[in-house]
Amino acid sequence: MSDQVAVHHRVPPYVLVTGPEQLLAERAVAHTLDELRVTQPDLEVIRLYAGAYEAGELTLHASPSLFGGAKCIVVHDLDEASDDLQADLLATLAVEPEPDLTLVVVHKGGARGKKVLDGLRGAGARVLDAPAIKTDRDKSDFAAHEFRRARRKATGEAVHALVEAVGKDVRELAAACQQLIDDTAGVIDEQVVLTYHGGKVEATGFRVADAAMAGDAGEALRLLRHAIAVGVDPVPIVAVLAQQARQLIAVGSAGRGRSVDVARDLGLAPWQVDRARRALGGWTADALATCVHAVAAADFEVKGGGRDPVYAVERCVLTITGQHARNRT
Amino acid sequence: MTVWRDVIGQEDAVAVLEHAVRTPTAMTHAWLFTGPPGSGRSVAARSFAAALLCPDGGCGTCRECRTALEGTHADVDVIATEGLSIKVEQARDLVALAAHRPSVGRYRVIIVEDADRLTERAADALLKALEEPVPRTVWMLCAPSVEDVIITIRSRSRHVRLRTPPVEAVAELLTRRDGVDPPMALYAARAAQSHVGLARRLARDEHARIRRHDVITMATKIVSVGDAMGAAGDLMTIAAEESAAASGERDAAERTRLLEVLGADPTARTQPPHIRSQLTSLEKEQKARATRFTRDVVDRALVDLLSVYRDALVLRTGAGTALVNEDGRQVVQRVGELLGPDDLLRAMDAIGTARERIDANVNPLLALEAMALDLRLPR
Ligand SMILES: [Zn+2]
Repeated sequence: MSDQVAVHHRVPPYVLVTGPEQLLAERAVAHTLDELRVTQPDLEVIRLYAGAYEAGELTLHASPSLFGGAKCIVVHDLDEASDDLQADLLATLAVEPEPDLTLVVVHKGGARGKKVLDGLRGAGARVLDAPAIKTDRDKSDFAAHEFRRARRKATGEAVHALVEAVGKDVRELAAACQQLIDDTAGVIDEQVVLTYHGGKVEATGFRVADAAMAGDAGEALRLLRHAIAVGVDPVPIVAVLAQQARQLIAVGSAGRGRSVDVARDLGLAPWQVDRARRALGGWTADALATCVHAVAAADFEVKGGGRDPVYAVERCVLTITGQHARNRT
Repeated sequence: MTVWRDVIGQEDAVAVLEHAVRTPTAMTHAWLFTGPPGSGRSVAARSFAAALLCPDGGCGTCRECRTALEGTHADVDVIATEGLSIKVEQARDLVALAAHRPSVGRYRVIIVEDADRLTERAADALLKALEEPVPRTVWMLCAPSVEDVIITIRSRSRHVRLRTPPVEAVAELLTRRDGVDPPMALYAARAAQSHVGLARRLARDEHARIRRHDVITMATKIVSVGDAMGAAGDLMTIAAEESAAASGERDAAERTRLLEVLGADPTARTQPPHIRSQLTSLEKEQKARATRFTRDVVDRALVDLLSVYRDALVLRTGAGTALVNEDGRQVVQRVGELLGPDDLLRAMDAIGTARERIDANVNPLLALEAMALDLRLPR
């Protein structure tokens, strides 16, 4: 997820974009084209897709045209390439590159097209990564990077709230970051995010769980009722309660290492570790164990084992807040 | 050699079935086989089918017998669902099938291996066929217990109850049929608590034995809250590994076979749309199967874990009964030293609750976590 625009040195004849995250791959291609256009404003861009490729197309486009002019051929989906396309790519790589021709190849992953990958690397291709953005940690890193790239400062809490609200889909997350960058000024903090995405943030189980794990019964119940009122299913709310209790126990059992290290060991984002550590002040291990019992019982009830799913979640939330140090004497 | 040779430890049931084969008046059009998992419900049903179709009433060697046992006989249809339920469409297909006369044999036999997985509507559809029997069509429904089958189906079929076969009988079968060494066969039969299929897997697959051992030793390792949560996570990992080991190759083979049937190139990365939609539905089916399988594996692991506490109780009472975990005596002794009878019962309850919850679709990890917290040993 690095900035790929580096105008001061020329794009090499071969560029390889590799990795499963489509959004990042598209960006890498777009950056490359932008960079080429700096010195070659009339750049001709030809896009070839593995699914629709016909033998010889590449060779045809790669041969110098009568009128000259710079050209960039983008080959999409090398990982789905037919034998013809792979053979044509290897043939192109085997000869001296045409001046003014740039070949960009996009590969999502897997073993297919491996020879071409090796060939590109061997020919000194610039390699741009498009790693998967899957975990909350990846998403937080991605969002933080989006803000940094726009030279905007965003707090950890803001990033956290944003990922919770719109983090399901990477494109939606990217669009939300862009909107905040465009529409706001100054530091992006949690309040700013709540102003823009508050409805979504509040209506998720995360807010309910945060309040519950903070021992705030009134707030947790209010948020829970709000979420139910706007149509959130009790099942995912219970899932989040389970996840939060699980995280607290994991972080609590992990010892005193640096949050970055603990986060890596547990597969969490560092802010999740920091937040869990702050929350842990109100908890004993046994109290958390009681929470897990309550959540498991609630999960059974919301999945048909009980008559009133909403009541089951409410009771679970109250059991949790009752276990917090501030409500125990 | 008779067709009943693999129906082990079921003398009473076999006597009833043999009588029905020999005596036309004792025959009926619908049978319900019940018995705990691994007791051989499907084997019993197939053997019964073979006996009905065999000219000699179940010689065990003729073509009719062999194909009926394998499930390839033209007049024997075995319906084994891999998904979570048998849908009404499938049930309707069966009912339509039942209306046809047998093609070569005396009977047409339809064996439904998981009658407990019939949806309500599917059961209703079947019921019609059971209410209006077609001459020479025989239904054989299999389920863990009669309570798992709706009462209307129950009341229209004759019930054959299978019991858990004795450990020695299972071990003997493993040795005779699968060529397992007698000591290994005895260990596997005991550890699998007489579940024939599992016993065979334990006997043949070292990884299965290692995974079982990992589950068993968990009972001595849970002390803190963190330990408990970790143990629950480990259990899920063990189950997922086992599930992946069992299904990975098979999934890939099914995919290749489907593509071949459709005339597509199995090595191509992109398939044309009409083939892609077929692939998608296969993948959906495989996913449903994997979900069911992982759940079954978790349940099995819990049965294994439960056996430790049961053994510990047996050991405490001083009864001379052989332990399920003869090979893990030290684990059992350790648990027995640390937990009193009440604690042991409480642990067993916790495991039972987790099994019920997982069966009711509770997130398996969460159910296991709540359970593992109740398995904590005193410091
Ligand atoms: Zn025969």
